[in-house]
Amino acid sequence: MAAFLIRRVIGMILVLLAVSFIVYLIFIVIPGGDPAQRIAGKVATPANIADIRHKLGLDKPFVIQWLDMLKALFTAKLVSYNNQTNVVGQIEQGLPATFSLCFGAGVIWLGFGVLVGTTAAVKAGRISDRAITALALIGISLPVAWLGLILRYLFAEGGVGTWFPDGGYVPLTQDPVQWLYSMLLPWFTLAVLFIGFYGRVLRSNILDTINEDFVRTAKAKGLSTRQILVKHVLRASLIPIVTLFGLDFASVLGGGAIITETVYQLHGVGYYAAQAIANIDLPPLMGVTLYGATFIVVFSTLVDIAYAYLDPRIRLT
Amino acid sequence: MAERLLEVNDLKVRFATEDGVVRAVDGLTFELERGKVLGIVGESGSGKSVTAMTLMGLTRGINARFEGEVLYKGTNLLEISDREMQNYRGNELGMIFQDPMTSLNPIYRIGDQIVEALQAHEKVDKRSARARTIELLRQVGIPNPESRIDDYPHQFSGGMRQRAMIAMALSCNPSILIADEPTTALDVTIQAQIVELISRLKDDFDSAVIFITHDLGVIADIADEIIVMYAGRVVERGSKRDIFYDPQMPYTWGLLGSIPRLDRPRPERLHTIEGMPPSLINLPEGCKFRPRCPHAFDRCMQEPELKNRVESGGHLDRCWLDVEFKREHRDETISGGSAEAA
Repeated sequence: MAAFLIRRVIGMILVLLAVSFIVYLIFIVIPGGDPAQRIAGKVATPANIADIRHKLGLDKPFVIQWLDMLKALFTAKLVSYNNQTNVVGQIEQGLPATFSLCFGAGVIWLGFGVLVGTTAAVKAGRISDRAITALALIGISLPVAWLGLILRYLFAEGGVGTWFPDGGYVPLTQDPVQWLYSMLLPWFTLAVLFIGFYGRVLRSNILDTINEDFVRTAKAKGLSTRQILVKHVLRASLIPIVTLFGLDFASVLGGGAIITETVYQLHGVGYYAAQAIANIDLPPLMGVTLYGATFIVVFSTLVDIAYAYLDPRIRLT
Repeated sequence: MAERLLEVNDLKVRFATEDGVVRAVDGLTFELERGKVLGIVGESGSGKSVTAMTLMGLTRGINARFEGEVLYKGTNLLEISDREMQNYRGNELGMIFQDPMTSLNPIYRIGDQIVEALQAHEKVDKRSARARTIELLRQVGIPNPESRIDDYPHQFSGGMRQRAMIAMALSCNPSILIADEPTTALDVTIQAQIVELISRLKDDFDSAVIFITHDLGVIADIADEIIVMYAGRVVERGSKRDIFYDPQMPYTWGLLGSIPRLDRPRPERLHTIEGMPPSLINLPEGCKFRPRCPHAFDRCMQEPELKNRVESGGHLDRCWLDVEFKREHRDETISGGSAEAA
């Protein structure tokens, strides 16, 4: 286990370095990416631009620029090209909203995903299964931006009622009830897609597992249908769901719910990322990307550990 | 006379499928007494596994139709509810499956799976269930059961897994042990050990055994009575002596001829039964074995009934051929005609 963790940590550092390098590389080559030109404005003289470029260190060799930026990021000194705000500080400010969104939505989508998938599998072939499967397909197909706007219109802006606050984030520490109110629509919006997807994956996993020989053995032992379903079928079927959940959860935690955060004006990490993209602002993008990538690599290691726990045939190497 | 545990009367099992009705078992009758071993032999698709699963209530489903009776100590198992059937499974009837690699749940410890079987039928606490499991593992010949009880199935060899399956099937001391091709997936050396183990445990646990196989050689030692199935029906039935020394169905000859034997002159090639078993949806007219039978004649277009045609009273078969003709000609199939010609 110790050897496994050490290997994985080294691997993670390499992955993060590679990610940051690629982000930097892409930024330099995209048209309109040159920050000096953007900062100098439309009527800048070449001398102005050269001056700004020197100040930002953009006249140094490419690799040095990249390392300088990483150094600034990890000493929390990196600032935006556009408005000089501190990148780490901005990400920290976004954490409460992003974490609130992620944990709430995660609980909902995992819980309902398992419920939907299990119900559909148990009722396989019957009308309730077909209805659930159709709904799941609709859920997967709904664009998040559209669903978010529609729900906002219907339930926050008076289409049906004004039951929920119209966007914005209320910190949990400030008012837990209002926090809950402000989060319900975003949670639901984000969860719908995942519920549909998890439900379908789980349904087919369960139907595959039910035909396994060991399920027949469990039946031959005289276990009840419920015991067989929970202890033998569901546990084996949930193993692939663990991977999905680990990576999806990490992606939302890492600021990946850009659309949901933007539609509901939750000023989280995803919202911050969206603004950085719109402004072609490299330092925040670098910060957000590395922040998100960290969650992905950490959670993929956690998923591997969970796998070894759930399936004893798997060895951590 | 020993206690009669099981009486199957004219059992028919049909499955409705998209292609038509599959007559998986068509008119099966037998009895089983405590302490006896019944062998059911046939090719793949002859209905022997469906028979076993039906006894356990494992073929129940919306597409399955049952007729006849399966009387276990007087109760018709075909008529009781799923919930009641659950009390018989594992408790009164234990079952061992063909492939011990896949029949044990890979993610639970061997011991936990046996404890689970015990606790399904008896109110026992964890500690005594565990103690009994260790004892069971010892009885089926697992070395160091105290430590092996916490192993996962993948840490066991194939033969040991089958031993663990047997321990599980016997955990609640069932009266009948149904073994569905328990040796097919194992090495030949292990096969003999498993057969010997089943035979010994049958006496230790005072139960009866239904041993299903496609290999007559496997049950040559332990079976008391043998049923030969073909296309869902019984084609021959008799004591082990009847089947091995006076087989009446050309199909049985084929099965006997396909066993390699050391006590007879070596044929150039082992006998194979030509052709394929018929589709259970479109059965041939008359004798079901007729299309593959080398001795078929015009009378075979009529279906022969299962009845006694020889001196030995309990020996039944479905064949129109003259008994004397058969006694003269069957060795060509059983020991291989080419050996005699050479």
